[in-house]
Amino acid sequence: MTKALLDIRDLIVEFPSRHGGVVAARQVNLSVAAGEILGVVGESGAGKSTIGNAVMNLLERPGRIGGGEIYLKGEKISNLPDHEMRKIRGKRIGMIFQDPLTSLNPLETVADQLIGTIRTHLDLSADEARARAISLLDQVGIPDPAVRVDHYPHQFSGGMRQRVVIALALCAEPEVILADEPTTALDVSIQAQILELLKDLVRQRGVGMILITHDMGVIAEVADRVAVMYRGEVVETGPTAKILGDPDHAYTRSLISAVPRPDIRLHRFPMVESIERAGERRELDLSTHWLGKARDFDTRGGGGATGPLLAVKDLEMVFRSGGFLGSKASSLRAVDRVSFDIRDGECFGIVGESGSGKSTIARLVTGIYKAAGGSISFNGTDLTKLKNRKELNKHRRQMQMIFQDPFSSVNARMKVRDIIAEPIRFHKLSGSESETRRIVDDLLDHVGLGARAAVKYPHEFSGGQRQRISIARALATRPRFLICDEPTSALDVSIQAQILNLLKDLQEELGLTMMFISHDLPVIRQMCDRVGVMSKGRMVEIAETENLFVAPKDDYSKHLISLMPSYSGLSEREVGQAEAS
Amino acid sequence: MSDMTEQQPSFLTRLRDSDLWWSFIHSPGAIIASVLTVMIVAGALFAGLVAPHDPFDLATVDLFDALLPPAWEAEGNSSYLLGTDDQGRDVFSTILYGSRISLIVGFASVALAAVIGITVGLIAGYSGGILDSFLMRVADIQLSFPAILIALLIDGVARGILPREAHDEVAVYVLVVAIGLSFWVQYARTVRSSVMVERNKEYVQAGQVIGLPNWIILIRHILPNVLGPVLVIATIQLALAIITEATLSFLGVGVPPTSPSLGTLIRIGNDYLFSGEWWITIFPGVALVVLVLSVNILGDWLRDALNPKLR
Amino acid sequence: MIGGPRRVAQEVPRGAEMFKFVSMRLFQSIIVMLVVGLIAFGLFRFVGDPVNNMVGQDTTLEEREALTESLGLNDPFIVQYGRFVGKAVQGDFGMSYRLRQPVSDLIAERFPATLELSLVSAFMALLLGVPMGIYTALKPKSLFSRGFMTLSLMGVSLPTFLIGILLILFFGVTLRWLPTFGRGEVIQLGWWSSGFFTASGLKSLIMPAITLAIFQMTLIVRLVRAEMLEVLRTDYIKFAHARGLSPRLINFSIALRNTLVPVITIIGLQVGSIIAFAIITESVFQWPGMGLLFIQAVSEVDIPVMAAYLLLIAFVFVVINLIVDILYFVVDPRLRVQS
Repeated sequence: MTKALLDIRDLIVEFPSRHGGVVAARQVNLSVAAGEILGVVGESGAGKSTIGNAVMNLLERPGRIGGGEIYLKGEKISNLPDHEMRKIRGKRIGMIFQDPLTSLNPLETVADQLIGTIRTHLDLSADEARARAISLLDQVGIPDPAVRVDHYPHQFSGGMRQRVVIALALCAEPEVILADEPTTALDVSIQAQILELLKDLVRQRGVGMILITHDMGVIAEVADRVAVMYRGEVVETGPTAKILGDPDHAYTRSLISAVPRPDIRLHRFPMVESIERAGERRELDLSTHWLGKARDFDTRGGGGATGPLLAVKDLEMVFRSGGFLGSKASSLRAVDRVSFDIRDGECFGIVGESGSGKSTIARLVTGIYKAAGGSISFNGTDLTKLKNRKELNKHRRQMQMIFQDPFSSVNARMKVRDIIAEPIRFHKLSGSESETRRIVDDLLDHVGLGARAAVKYPHEFSGGQRQRISIARALATRPRFLICDEPTSALDVSIQAQILNLLKDLQEELGLTMMFISHDLPVIRQMCDRVGVMSKGRMVEIAETENLFVAPKDDYSKHLISLMPSYSGLSEREVGQAEAS
Repeated sequence: MSDMTEQQPSFLTRLRDSDLWWSFIHSPGAIIASVLTVMIVAGALFAGLVAPHDPFDLATVDLFDALLPPAWEAEGNSSYLLGTDDQGRDVFSTILYGSRISLIVGFASVALAAVIGITVGLIAGYSGGILDSFLMRVADIQLSFPAILIALLIDGVARGILPREAHDEVAVYVLVVAIGLSFWVQYARTVRSSVMVERNKEYVQAGQVIGLPNWIILIRHILPNVLGPVLVIATIQLALAIITEATLSFLGVGVPPTSPSLGTLIRIGNDYLFSGEWWITIFPGVALVVLVLSVNILGDWLRDALNPKLR
Repeated sequence: MIGGPRRVAQEVPRGAEMFKFVSMRLFQSIIVMLVVGLIAFGLFRFVGDPVNNMVGQDTTLEEREALTESLGLNDPFIVQYGRFVGKAVQGDFGMSYRLRQPVSDLIAERFPATLELSLVSAFMALLLGVPMGIYTALKPKSLFSRGFMTLSLMGVSLPTFLIGILLILFFGVTLRWLPTFGRGEVIQLGWWSSGFFTASGLKSLIMPAITLAIFQMTLIVRLVRAEMLEVLRTDYIKFAHARGLSPRLINFSIALRNTLVPVITIIGLQVGSIIAFAIITESVFQWPGMGLLFIQAVSEVDIPVMAAYLLLIAFVFVVINLIVDILYFVVDPRLRVQS
């Protein structure tokens, strides 16, 4: 290992606590050479960020290095006193953080922050440092660097700020760069540019980079070698092609098979049940069960049976802010004359980048926001015209929604039973309290949580399990139409695969119609029959899913499709095995 | 169908296992403070039983016993542990009865402020828009006037409206209203900012999708989620309310000397400070400080325990 | 580069932006003053009968009605309010019921005493409180920090009047070092009476100033500490550490400046409340300031004095808030420069 630039040997990181403490990294061995990008991949809680912080000796209290050594060019840097460590931070090892919006001091100009860092490490005059600052901004691709250098962080967009963060990390020509989820907070189009920039920097400057990420697509794009982490351990290290195409370790295999494939549509995600033990789903006989009665409204309302279930026409929404006692009012056109139909029984996808207005559409359809214009017809009735609350609730009950954030979408102060029973009680869907309880227990069984979950509070569950609670609550009104707003984007890929499988199963069993909103094209490809593409409040294209992926028509759709990660999952041999199992 | 093999943990077990309890038994300050608070509250509640004398029973109070020093001083009388005041009342007993008034005013005014503040905060935070801006401007304006000044003004107004004798009788209520009305702003601001965070959380939207009316969402879903910080404020404001009551009584605009609070006692004693009868002032003062300090320590502990990010 | 026009932010000329900002705040301040004026007028008009308070027992009904008419108390409410505001702007608040003197004279006489006391206390509280708050945030585990925090807990738990009493008992009664009441000798500088230039004036100032400063100081320590801790937890501080910047630079340039933004508001409020808390101190030390005047007015229901004091305090607050807003504007580029 002589050519290793940064060498981590048998690293142990501990977080002592009153519950006995957590070992965040156990016996971790990693090394990176000059001009190489080592990807460290793993799901949340795998301990990947801990590694970066341990190298920099910036572990948050009470975390500490419990064993092992870290070498930089053969020189031991673990357990150095802080004033020695400061000569390494920034000077020999640069670090890039995840969120560009919070990583920069809001009160100083970019020039001041750059010059301060440069002069900390290099013996330059103020003018020389300024010249260097401008040249750094130029190198990270910021246009007009001589002007922009004197701007404050809030004057830059998110992607531009991340370029400034990278420039700050490069101030003193470090030999190693630690990038901790550098593109996670960015939209796909910006993400692609930043990854390109990082790749160029490594190639041109011959630095070694450790890229910490949860995203297989990012790994496939830029990493030369990959280390896979699972519960604080590195389970497998090797060249990217080998790890992604033909991994040895069982965890790696199931992790990779859980990543939605951008290239083909699979019926289900294989091999994911082994990752987090998901409870047994109990099948119900829907012909007799309460849930099966969901079809009872099918016959009512003659027009509904032939037309689309949901018809949205010229929908408009404007957000206003400010406007009292002098503060300036501003408005934003979030949804701009959007029209689409959703047929009974299909899964309609809406895809777009953040701020494109896709989540606003979900909130308009469900009535959380009031539309500024246009119509929303559900089963032949225009909901925007309905004024009577009772009448409206009758329709609302038939459409339910699953939200993005599993932690905030259930009320932490209520027991799971009360969370799920609330819609049943409110809409008086059961005859008695004991029947309500039985229905809740059945629902919990049905989504794979088990009836015992009913007496617990949400904080006792993981993100994926909470998302199941959310799904059970949505099913509790016996809906016919389910809106999923980024239901898995806050989850790890393995959990995502389980939840997506569950949604597919439920849709089939209960004959649900779905509107599925996501920023993630591969997920859309796995889930949806038809897709609408949104950009800046407008729906630019609606197409059959396969047509969209094979031959997008609109320029923006083409652009989005072209940004999809090229990664294509396990080799065919593995897929065959996976499908069979 | 539903197998209830897993017992729902009882309240006591949940309390024992909670982080709050753990942090409590590991902070000696909080333990001592709560013991002191409980002692003072108990002493005040059961003043009739605990106090060696009834200072307000004119039959037992003897003017010849006036201005006796504490029992351990040369001229002290063993039946008056902490000495007597200018009217021959036992200082220890007046402190017990006085803490009762102080605590009643403190708790009642904090409760009043909390009810007003939480209601305003919930409405402002949830409705937003013009109503919110208006309520918060009112709060801003009031906040720029310190509580003590507002309480003084309200008290002055009450004096102007009510005849003198009637005023003494309702003095305690006037104090509660005065302090309560000057303290609501903090609750309103805190609750409002919490509500504005909660209102955008997805569980609230889930309630809207179910079709729940706003008031159910507000009471059943949002309110329980914003009560944590309210508890912290209430504790710290209890200390402040006790101080404010004492201050107003000391300034002579609080409770009258016929049924004195700790502040009134200090005011009475202040006149004798220069002639050397220090105990009439100092002992009620010590009682006041111990009470307020204990409540403040509990408030600080509660804030840190509920918000582990702040050490 | 895809889509989106390239955004090159413009630094808006500072003067113009500042003028707009300040004039808007000024407008808001005037509204606040009018609202407080309404309350003050309401006090004056409806609490007790103004006529009753001006005449003796033996005044005839005719004389009363004449007085009512001449005071304009029969005019519509809005007219009376307008007249009240008009007079208040010129400094005319009517006659004190208790002292039978123009309220404006009374206030002018007492104002210097309160302002000198408040300024000295404010400086003491800020000069000690802010550094102590910063220190306890930066070194939360050190012995000094624990000491400061214990002291500040004592400070918020000790009522101001009790601090005054204890100081009097110790330095006044027992040691006889310092005078226990009054302002000592004052020197007239025009209408302004100052105690800054005589030995007895300065000696008299010590205890009241300390009494007034302690409570405010402890509040400032705790608030500054809380804000600073908040800032020290941010990503940009962590990123600064990861760039190897020196702790001095991080703590005193980056963290301190960011702490300053919220702390300015807090300090503005504190300085304002010092003037109100002066009521207590003045009462304990018989300091001949506005607070003492006010507390006497409250117990005697001397409404014109109460109304005038309320307006004056409101005015002081409005001015302080305006200064705070302007400072904010200077410190925080996010307000100054549009993106």
